[in-house]
Amino acid sequence: MNKLWLIAGGPALVYAGLAIIMGVLPGIALSQTPPGIGVKPLTPIEAEGRAIYAANGCGYCHTQQVRPLAQDKVFGRPSAPGDFAYQTPELLGSERTGPDLTDIGTRQPSAVWQYMHLYNPRSVAPQSIMPSFSWMFDVVDKAPVGTMTVPVPAAYAPAEGVVIPSHQAQALLAYLMSLKQPPLAQAVANEAATPAAPAATAPSPTASSSTTPAKSAAAYDPAKGKSLFTDKCAICHQAGGTGLPGAFPPLKGNAVVNDANPSAHIHTVLHGAEGLTIGGVKYEGAMPEFASTLTDAEIAAIIDYERSSWGNHSPTITAAQVAAERAKGK
Amino acid sequence: MRTFTTPRTSAGNSSDARQSDEPGLVLILSAYTISATAWLIFATFVGILLAYKFGAPDFGPGAWLTFGRLRPIHTNDTFYGWASIALVGLAYYVAVRSCRTQLYSQWLAWVGLGLFNLAAVAGTIALDLGYNAGDLEYREWPWPIRLIFLAALVITAWNLIGTVAKRSTQDIYLSNWYTIGGVLWTCMIAVVAILPWYQYGLGQVSVSGYYMHNAVGMWFTPLALGLFYYALPKLLSRPIYSYALGVFAFWTNLVFYPIIGAHHFLFTPLPWWLQTTAIVFSVAMLVPVLGGSANFLLTMRGRFGDMRHSYPLAFIFVGVIGYLVGSTQGTVEAFRSLQQVWHLTNFTVGHSHLTMYGFVTFAIWGSIYALLPGATGKQASRLGLGLHFWMAVVGSFIYVISLSIGGTFQGLDWIQGAPFIQSVVDMQPYYVWRGVGGLLMFLSHLVFAWNVWHMTFGRGAEVNSLAPALADRIAG
Repeated sequence: MNKLWLIAGGPALVYAGLAIIMGVLPGIALSQTPPGIGVKPLTPIEAEGRAIYAANGCGYCHTQQVRPLAQDKVFGRPSAPGDFAYQTPELLGSERTGPDLTDIGTRQPSAVWQYMHLYNPRSVAPQSIMPSFSWMFDVVDKAPVGTMTVPVPAAYAPAEGVVIPSHQAQALLAYLMSLKQPPLAQAVANEAATPAAPAATAPSPTASSSTTPAKSAAAYDPAKGKSLFTDKCAICHQAGGTGLPGAFPPLKGNAVVNDANPSAHIHTVLHGAEGLTIGGVKYEGAMPEFASTLTDAEIAAIIDYERSSWGNHSPTITAAQVAAERAKGK
Repeated sequence: MRTFTTPRTSAGNSSDARQSDEPGLVLILSAYTISATAWLIFATFVGILLAYKFGAPDFGPGAWLTFGRLRPIHTNDTFYGWASIALVGLAYYVAVRSCRTQLYSQWLAWVGLGLFNLAAVAGTIALDLGYNAGDLEYREWPWPIRLIFLAALVITAWNLIGTVAKRSTQDIYLSNWYTIGGVLWTCMIAVVAILPWYQYGLGQVSVSGYYMHNAVGMWFTPLALGLFYYALPKLLSRPIYSYALGVFAFWTNLVFYPIIGAHHFLFTPLPWWLQTTAIVFSVAMLVPVLGGSANFLLTMRGRFGDMRHSYPLAFIFVGVIGYLVGSTQGTVEAFRSLQQVWHLTNFTVGHSHLTMYGFVTFAIWGSIYALLPGATGKQASRLGLGLHFWMAVVGSFIYVISLSIGGTFQGLDWIQGAPFIQSVVDMQPYYVWRGVGGLLMFLSHLVFAWNVWHMTFGRGAEVNSLAPALADRIAG
């Protein structure tokens, strides 16, 4: 072959065609995807936080895409096309060194926890390998009125002064709190039809059978309870049930957990709590509700684990008791 | 079917070969190689720092050393500092030699080198200051900096085409198909990546999928393959096994590769047909991959023992195996069933190192060791070559194997519904082994820099002083 214009021009032309078909045209078509119901544009401070998220490469370890796979259920409902209407630049990511953040505003709504975790992730999650973002915080003698003091545990706190979030940290928090999946239309419909059922998931093209059917109430499985507790609760209340002083209450020796009447315990796990004073300490953080994400059996397993661990000895409960409490409503 | 021979494969006369090289071209190849080597050392030093942070996350606090800013510096500088600059320098040299002509413009080659370096320096500073275009992999540099890189590409394309246009051979050797094609395609990729009008929300996700894979597969792959087609016949003094198979692999690579990008976003809300098409063509990629690899291995038939005497050949051989294994692995990873385990885990990090390192980087090294001594008349020591080769091979083997095993456990942890932190804890030993492999790789790069110095401006052994048979093969 000895014609340069053919050798250079031919493949270039073929490639130009393919680049348009596979790059530009799908881009044009999908850029017009309308926002889903309840998907809102970001407020200015949320947008600022999103820029901080990208600038510091959060997207290299945290995805923002929930796949319709069983293992992704913990992160929320499967992502829908309409979820990404206001997501430019896209932050779907390619690695999950840390957990997915699509729905983190729902899964961990506590500002206290988020600030502690950003200041030093190991202060709330000892095994975390996430970098510390302490440079987004200021150390001052006394927090200005109206500014939250971050209750950093002594091991991680500066020698003197108190830690307060800088504007950067506040913007980042605002963005993280904005990451809440609005329910899909279909899920809303399902919920309306069967109010007691946990949020239904969207159609799954690779429906997996790995979800275990709800266990009978009598069979309390400590391994299952521990696993669920580690996944859902330990991030605040810690693996040893000790909580974190001033930030998250202990469950070890906790009056509600050790109450022979489990009603308050079940109610807290189902519906969350906020602004409680426990053992004379006032806790600012909010505990999320689990009624919409966990089944009665799963909640019973968690509660039974809490009631029989770390020296706690109170009667265990059954899924039926959770169902009864759930039926009572908030 | 016509059989072509590479120019000079039978000549093997080193002194004649050196005389025919313009001093300016030798200087350009040396400068591109040295510049690329500096980026390799910087980018992989950053890589070591990143690997260390997996075990010591509080090491290197502060904004400038935070993981999320260093990671894109590592990837972009290995891509656009190290591999791109090294490949372009070699592509110039291969174009001149295979066309038995002179460079179209030495001045343009220097301008191109300046722009490549300017883009990489500016990009590194921008990323460290937090000017990241949005964590969009391999296009994190702010767009004005990517325009500088595009300008360097356009200059390179112009210069390569101009060089081939004034060839004294009748035919255009296959290597030049790959290198000219690669540069022209990448100009288009860069334009598609920069223009914003079709990159909103989900639209940008589809462009990211396209871009991510094309920046790798239509840039590094064709340039590295072009080097194989030149260096392998040169080292063995025999023509490529089948020229026609090479042409076939060229066209199939061109048609299949641009379609597979969406396999980076399987199970996302991208249209299901787009994902399925990407999977189908990921399987089709076996055609050019197996065709190309078979062509290279059959060119080596009966001569594998030559590797005992020729480290350049050994580097190329590892590069070919890296191409074969890494690309086949890519096909396998595209299946939905396997992606349920491996996607989003460290397995993909192992895959990207198997391909960018085991394939592309070894191809570059083999070509530099095969061609640079012939150009400068200076040879690195056998000890230096041996140290570089074995540390790089063993290091990358440990790296890829540890992340592949660890990534599999990570994926299985998720499938079994273990608490997320369990997958972080389970990765720890594999992160350590990755660091061990990475450290060996980094040390080998220091030896490589030492070798490059000997082959260029330092005191390298005269090529003629080596065993005559070897000198014939390296030179010319």
